[in-house]
Amino acid sequence: MNFRSLPELVLTRSLMTSRQLPLHARHLALGARTGLFGEWEVPLYYTSILEEHEAVRTRAGLFDISHMGEFFVEGPGAQAFLEWALPRLLGEVAAGRAVYAPLVNARGGVVDDIIAYRLGASRFLLIVNAGNVAKDFAHLQALKTLYDQKGLAAFTLVNASDQYGLLALQGPRSAEILARAAAEDFSKLGYYRFCEWKQGIVSRTGYTGEDGFEIMLETSLLDGLWTALLNAGSEFGIRPAGFGCRDTLRLEAGMPLYGHDLDDETAPQEAGIGWAVKMDGAEFYGREALLERQKAGWTKKLVGFETLDRGIPRQGQEIFKDGSLIGVVTSGSFSPTLKKNIGMGFVSRLDLAPDATVELQIRGAAVRAKILSLPFYRRKK
Amino acid sequence: MSLPQELKYTKTHEWARRAGNRVTVGITDYAQKEISDVVFVELPKSNAPVTAGKPAAVVESVKAAFDIYAPVSGQVTAVNAELEKDPGLINQDAYGRGFLFEIEMSQPSDWDALLSAEGYEQALKQGAH
Repeated sequence: MNFRSLPELVLTRSLMTSRQLPLHARHLALGARTGLFGEWEVPLYYTSILEEHEAVRTRAGLFDISHMGEFFVEGPGAQAFLEWALPRLLGEVAAGRAVYAPLVNARGGVVDDIIAYRLGASRFLLIVNAGNVAKDFAHLQALKTLYDQKGLAAFTLVNASDQYGLLALQGPRSAEILARAAAEDFSKLGYYRFCEWKQGIVSRTGYTGEDGFEIMLETSLLDGLWTALLNAGSEFGIRPAGFGCRDTLRLEAGMPLYGHDLDDETAPQEAGIGWAVKMDGAEFYGREALLERQKAGWTKKLVGFETLDRGIPRQGQEIFKDGSLIGVVTSGSFSPTLKKNIGMGFVSRLDLAPDATVELQIRGAAVRAKILSLPFYRRKK
Repeated sequence: MSLPQELKYTKTHEWARRAGNRVTVGITDYAQKEISDVVFVELPKSNAPVTAGKPAAVVESVKAAFDIYAPVSGQVTAVNAELEKDPGLINQDAYGRGFLFEIEMSQPSDWDALLSAEGYEQALKQGAH
């Protein structure tokens, strides 16, 4: 066999350009098998992707996602700027609330998908994907330059990614574990609500489709929190969880992964996150391009599917309908929860509805797949 | 890491067990640990011809698919159909119930080209990914 087909697993020790998480030594001590995620060396799994996936769905898992980026936008002009930079109305978002939003480029493509947190009347935090930190910051700085030329109210834009770490505690027992570890009850916090805590925030958000929290702290406080959460969680069956299960969990939850299901050319509406774009609201950067693309007609849409024959969907496989090439797989895996082989991909046939059958080309053979509505998995509330 | 002395190995992490002209093939303990949970296996057809060093089967972990190369040339005489129901057998018992297929060797000289346990261990140390 050839491991070269799995770039993430081939971590050359001499690779000097990779970056390590602040808690890297902790992960190694826990037996983590690491791999590359962009430029970051991250835990892929500690014991097994399947075991960690199951822990998150039934108990709790603790992820170190400190690779992600944090920007602060502060000042009298912060809200007006972000309402222009993001395709959502932030005026309706009170302090202590967060919103998911795409950053849109001039062509209507997605620069990144981010979460914007309103810390106060004129203070915002943006949490962005690790692989896009430099690109996002450059994009926002360019917009800031355009904005400043209008002579409107001032604000600052700061990239604080190196000062903060982020832990994600995910799974049905998360609230109990966090209450014990923090000696503070966060169970009343609603979904996409957050509060400031220590030198950071506790947010009811996640990327797994389970209940849970994402906790941002100054890097120096991260180690104490990691240990406290694992200790408090031990009686609940918590497991440190790696990026392997983070990917299978988010796929089951139908959440797009930037670089796979989202990119600089794809419109948010094509990728199934049109709900996060307010087309009929105020002006925002990229809106004109999106209006034009909408008028011309979207050219593709993201669909979910499960295979009906033997075979696992993988990124890059072609999708056919009645013998015609109609698209490509962008994410795919065995689903540990559903025990099926599932995937997402873009198709040019906008009329394809759930239950329609397509064929995936897997190693030269046609594998039938059935379109499903997303998400594949929805937790019981 | 388990490396049975009586088996032969390839640099590409297959193991081979010989009984007469029949060769049973699987992936090594090192390989199964490296790729973690095996969730899918695509086996060759019975009677299919296979060529030493060429892909003969596919093993997929949660994250990716891997080609499995035939250690020797010949004809497939048996496949481990159990794996289609329970691919995790490869993780649980790589050298036993997790075997992949059996080949009737057409060129017995192929066997001599394979690595000993010691040779494979040496190759691993040199980072033969």
